[in-house]
Amino acid sequence: MEPQLQGQVIRQLFFLIGATSVNSILLRKDLCSCRKGMLSSPHQNTPRHREILCFLVEMAAQPSDTLATLKTESETLKTKLEEERAKLHDVELHQVAEKIEALGQFVMKTRRALKGHGNKVLCLDWCKDKRRIVSSSQDGKVIVWDAFTTNKEHAVTMPCTWVMACAYAPSGCAVACGGLDNKCSVYPLSLDKNENLAAKKKSVAMHTNYLSACCFTNSDMQILTSSGDGTCALWDVESGQMLQSFHGHAADVLCLDLAPSETGNTFVSGGCDKKSCVWDMRTGQCVQSFETHESDINSVRYYPSGDAFASGSDDATCRLYDLRADREVAIYSKESIIFGASSVDFSLSGRLLFGGYNDYTINVWDVLKGTRVSILFGHENRVSTLRVSPDGTAFCSGSWDHTLRIWA
Amino acid sequence: KIKKDLIPNIIARMQDEKNGIPIRTVKSFLSKIPSVFSGSDIVQWMQKNLNIEDQVEALHLGTLMAAHGYFFPISDHVLMLKDDGTFYRFQTPYFWPSNCWEPENTDYAVYLCKRTMQNKARLELADYEAESLARLQRAFARKWEFIFMQAEAVDKKRDKIERKILDSQERAFWDVHRPVPGCVNTTEADIKKSSRMKQPHKTRKVNTHSHTHSHTHTHTHTLTHTHTHTHTHSHTHTHTHTLTAYINLVFSVLLSFSEQYIEYDPFFTTPEPSNPWISDDVTSWELEASKEAGQQRVKRWGFCFDEVLKDPVGREQFLRFLESEFSSENLRFWLAVQELKKRPIREVPSRVQEIWDEFLAPGAPSAINVDSRSYDKTTQNIKDPGRYAFQDAQEHIYKLMKSDSYSRFIRSSAYQEMLQAKKKVKPLKRLETAI
Repeated sequence: MEPQLQGQVIRQLFFLIGATSVNSILLRKDLCSCRKGMLSSPHQNTPRHREILCFLVEMAAQPSDTLATLKTESETLKTKLEEERAKLHDVELHQVAEKIEALGQFVMKTRRALKGHGNKVLCLDWCKDKRRIVSSSQDGKVIVWDAFTTNKEHAVTMPCTWVMACAYAPSGCAVACGGLDNKCSVYPLSLDKNENLAAKKKSVAMHTNYLSACCFTNSDMQILTSSGDGTCALWDVESGQMLQSFHGHAADVLCLDLAPSETGNTFVSGGCDKKSCVWDMRTGQCVQSFETHESDINSVRYYPSGDAFASGSDDATCRLYDLRADREVAIYSKESIIFGASSVDFSLSGRLLFGGYNDYTINVWDVLKGTRVSILFGHENRVSTLRVSPDGTAFCSGSWDHTLRIWA
Repeated sequence: KIKKDLIPNIIARMQDEKNGIPIRTVKSFLSKIPSVFSGSDIVQWMQKNLNIEDQVEALHLGTLMAAHGYFFPISDHVLMLKDDGTFYRFQTPYFWPSNCWEPENTDYAVYLCKRTMQNKARLELADYEAESLARLQRAFARKWEFIFMQAEAVDKKRDKIERKILDSQERAFWDVHRPVPGCVNTTEADIKKSSRMKQPHKTRKVNTHSHTHSHTHTHTHTLTHTHTHTHTHSHTHTHTHTLTAYINLVFSVLLSFSEQYIEYDPFFTTPEPSNPWISDDVTSWELEASKEAGQQRVKRWGFCFDEVLKDPVGREQFLRFLESEFSSENLRFWLAVQELKKRPIREVPSRVQEIWDEFLAPGAPSAINVDSRSYDKTTQNIKDPGRYAFQDAQEHIYKLMKSDSYSRFIRSSAYQEMLQAKKKVKPLKRLETAI
């Protein structure tokens, strides 16, 4: 190919790559359809967009530009765009929260340590009775504890390793769990401690990849699951029938949480596609989505009023999203926190956000002021799971150090 | 209401940097008036860009857009468009009616209370507002402390210009939802369409995907336009301020919730008599499990309707109250439908039939009153019965109980006595059953 033509081809390629990058950087890619072409949708045809595209066209038309110059120019452009985007983050909750008083010092200590798992603790859930907990671990064991006395009340060995999800039924009479077996199974809890729980196991959900999270809806009869296969689903426990499926994530779904409402029918999920989605359980539609994290979202939890939710991510930040304002309103981060947040939960009033991190610590955040009020040491390996008790009197953390700790 | 969804698109065009209406800050007597445009600007723009030849037609459409709350006259409660130098301002998308956010009377009370805290003569309450405030003070006498607190939570240190803009936008919002007597209330929905007006965010995202994005994007690009465009600085300034104002609202909502519940949060307020995890004493759990409700628990029922529904003792007391009013079938229906949604799928058809027979069938023993649209829809649904067969009827009954029975329950002497711990809350002897 003659050099002039080569130059043209390179410039055309650059134009296409540049324009696509602009689209991705400036817009939430999940909401815009690039298939339609760059200037066809109204929201892409803005002065800023046109300016950038004109700039690119101009550059592409320069006869004497070399590839190296073009490259430098594109880097400058990228930095400029990131700067503008960063400006948006300036408008956040902590700025308006300056006028309220800072919270005092909290005394939070480990009040109980639950030892008995032989390997990494991956998940935990509280019973409605405020004292029992179910936990699951990498060695396939699922244990039900009376956390108050630290006694183990039940233990089940799953046929697979890495039981990544577990949940306590609202009645307190059953637990659900699953993981690498791609299934969610329900075990009724018998009063007879000697009875073999595994015998009564009921397989409910079937996914095509690992089960990442599960949770009972307001009854023992339905379970909501999320999976590495990129979907969530609602199941009828008795028949194992899928009642609704939820498609929309572009990668593994890692977590979910049900909205805390008597009338509500929604839940939020987070995934490896860096997106969190709010779903209508009745129709299966995604009604809102947010994509501001820079890496996998490991945990999502609703603010107690249901007006907002928090998420924890591998990008070492936790973020708060307001549903009515339809945007991110706070970022909880510190320069010294460089490991991912694996799990988050709110205190009963929503004023505190507890985050378990991969650097073995638990950071306690003032939700409104955006400041960290406490850092808790104790675990000797990653904190993988964290839940506040139903009455808010304590929270429990589970870790790769094989233990669970109750903090109050 | 299809025309309504097109308005946001027109607004976006009106706010366009190059081809929209020129927005400016006007220097008046002793102060600046930020972010305004004149009535004739609007009329001219509409005639040019919407192919409207007739000035009267432009005025009519513009008045409708103002009456729906997309822009507003900065000095008048009456929302109409005039083809003269009257100043108008755009409403922030947070307050757009396309969001379908129906505010409650408590929100209005907070707003009016906030207004009385401002010391400017020209911002004084109009007569109809003062009357509304008095009425609301009577209705919410018990809750007034929280209403006052929420009103106070406004950030007084905010930038003057920003505050001016937000205050005017908020006032305009209320002019739409609580219009001047004699003006049309444009929020009244056509009942045929009202079934499609669900949660605010649902409607926005599902129906107007690109529009939501475009108005957010308008903000984005405006913010980034600090130096590359010839537009006045004040225009950019406005949008930054609008975004900040948004956050103020979000903040005050989250703050007031936290403050209300902080006395129930064991990390802030030690439970009575102690936190079991710290003292090793389970008394507080035993008290909670008992059917006797202490003052603190009873107080919580007054926060919102959902608190009554969440607490089994609250439900019992509410049921008792409804029985005294001979309207207990509403709550029993609501509970029955909640229960239905929790049953195994196998049981659903028979349960649906039972609920229908008890509450909705002609001659039903506990007949409930639903609008005929919900009734007809339900009649259709039960032919192919699913868990959501009674969804419309249930929503209707929930709203009814919330707006009517619940507020009377909170004002009732029975509840007030429980609240003041004059009377011990005794458990009902019979079991609470839905049917």
